[in-house]
Amino acid sequence: MLDQTAAPIPAYHVDAADPQRLRKALEDLRLGVSRWRLASSLAWLDIRNRYRGSVLGPFWLTLSTGAMLLGLGLLYSALFQMSLREYLPHLAVSLVIWNAISQMVNDATTSLTSSEGIIRQLPLPYTVHALRCVMRNGIIAAHNFPLILVIFLICGHLPGPEALLAIPGFLLIAINSVAVALFLGMVCARFRDIGPIVGSTMQLAFFLTPILWKPRLLGHWEAWMPLNPFYAILETVRGPLVEGGGPPLAWLAAVLYTLATVTIAAAFFVRFRGRVAFWV
Amino acid sequence: MAVIEAKGLCLDFPYYHIGARSLKKRLMGKSRLHTDPSNRIVVTALRNLTFRIGTGDRVALVGPNGAGKTTLLRTLAGVYEPVAGSLTVTGQIGALIDVAAGMDTESTGRENVRLRGLYRGLDDAACDRLAEEVAEFAGLGDFFDVPIRTYSAGMGVRLAFAMATAMQPQVLLMDEWFLAGDAAFMAKAEERLARLVGGADIMVVATHDFAVVRRWCNRAIRLEGGVILADGPVEDVLGGLEATA
Repeated sequence: MLDQTAAPIPAYHVDAADPQRLRKALEDLRLGVSRWRLASSLAWLDIRNRYRGSVLGPFWLTLSTGAMLLGLGLLYSALFQMSLREYLPHLAVSLVIWNAISQMVNDATTSLTSSEGIIRQLPLPYTVHALRCVMRNGIIAAHNFPLILVIFLICGHLPGPEALLAIPGFLLIAINSVAVALFLGMVCARFRDIGPIVGSTMQLAFFLTPILWKPRLLGHWEAWMPLNPFYAILETVRGPLVEGGGPPLAWLAAVLYTLATVTIAAAFFVRFRGRVAFWV
Repeated sequence: MAVIEAKGLCLDFPYYHIGARSLKKRLMGKSRLHTDPSNRIVVTALRNLTFRIGTGDRVALVGPNGAGKTTLLRTLAGVYEPVAGSLTVTGQIGALIDVAAGMDTESTGRENVRLRGLYRGLDDAACDRLAEEVAEFAGLGDFFDVPIRTYSAGMGVRLAFAMATAMQPQVLLMDEWFLAGDAAFMAKAEERLARLVGGADIMVVATHDFAVVRRWCNRAIRLEGGVILADGPVEDVLGGLEATA
């Protein structure tokens, strides 16, 4: 028999009169991050199970995104009267990043309810479930990234060193993802109606965000674009890769939106962490 | 030294899905209907429990269905946070409440054991040792490396049991399934279970089965409606229970 020496909680103490919510939330975060190996194993397991028996597996997603790029590229470059060489790099980056964001957000709504069994059996840090969700979607999204490279090569679009700015852009997306996975995971566990609302909001956001179209088509309305958080976040990756660096205002907006998401998620997490087990 | 200490422990179990869960009702309820401000249906699962369980105690939680036995186990395990009172558990906690939770039917037995190891926070080497240990006891042979979806019910039980009992906690929390398995399997499991129970400083088991209580426990806590009705040596508590029944 093995001694359970590595178990994370040697002593457990709760006192309803002194809940110490902040300390426990930070502890949850710290422990959750330190157990990223569990989160990543579970994320890979999810992917393997989702595509079990399929020959191409997650590469089906690459294929369908590729087909979508081709179809939409041909149609919309004609509608907007732009050359394919000019339009395709924009569409490729926008669509791939948007798919990642939108799948992430939709999946976040079930980040905790899908682990109901575990939550009610093992007192695991909730951060682990959020990380699992983020990693799962990150891995799936990564299957689409080669498409960007292929399109760039075909169109002869080679970004300069400013493309490195996309790295902080990806970092912003990752931070937002963790915050959203925790926040939506909790809210949707409590209120089951939020999930469908999120779904339709993301659909609407797809059309309101410059993914198929370019911001400059808006004319003088373009200045208002940073009000759309999805635009701001998207621009931190698309700008460096396609436009030679995003507009500073978009960067500023993206950082502010990230701060807002993190603050809201953190406040909610600190306050309601102890209730999650009753919600799922 | 392992200790469980509860002072005035209260737990309300909210039933959100009965009417109060939807956002619509929440919003409408506030603006129009003027119902109860929090508008939820709450069941008092544990009411003002005060007890102390020390090293060497083998405690049986007895009582009818819905008495709060499993809820108390889950609270001791750290799953549910109490709404009032305090709880301190010192010692490594091992909760065998619903062992099937967290098993992945598409994964092989070995992968499931490794996954369980990760859930428990073991490192790679320890996960491997755990897998060897479990493989040896469960005796699944080649099936250990086949997805558990293909297992017969008996094989599933063997794997779950081997996995759950492979790690020695100081505070052992169990639901009765473990002590009241089917006879053929229990013969083999018996010795291992005895070792697990013996190795733990504290055991708390929720059960309906008096034979289990008499066999494994030296103390019983009788719960009903979330309240402790009796707490003491097994025969005293069971005697009281049988007298009222």
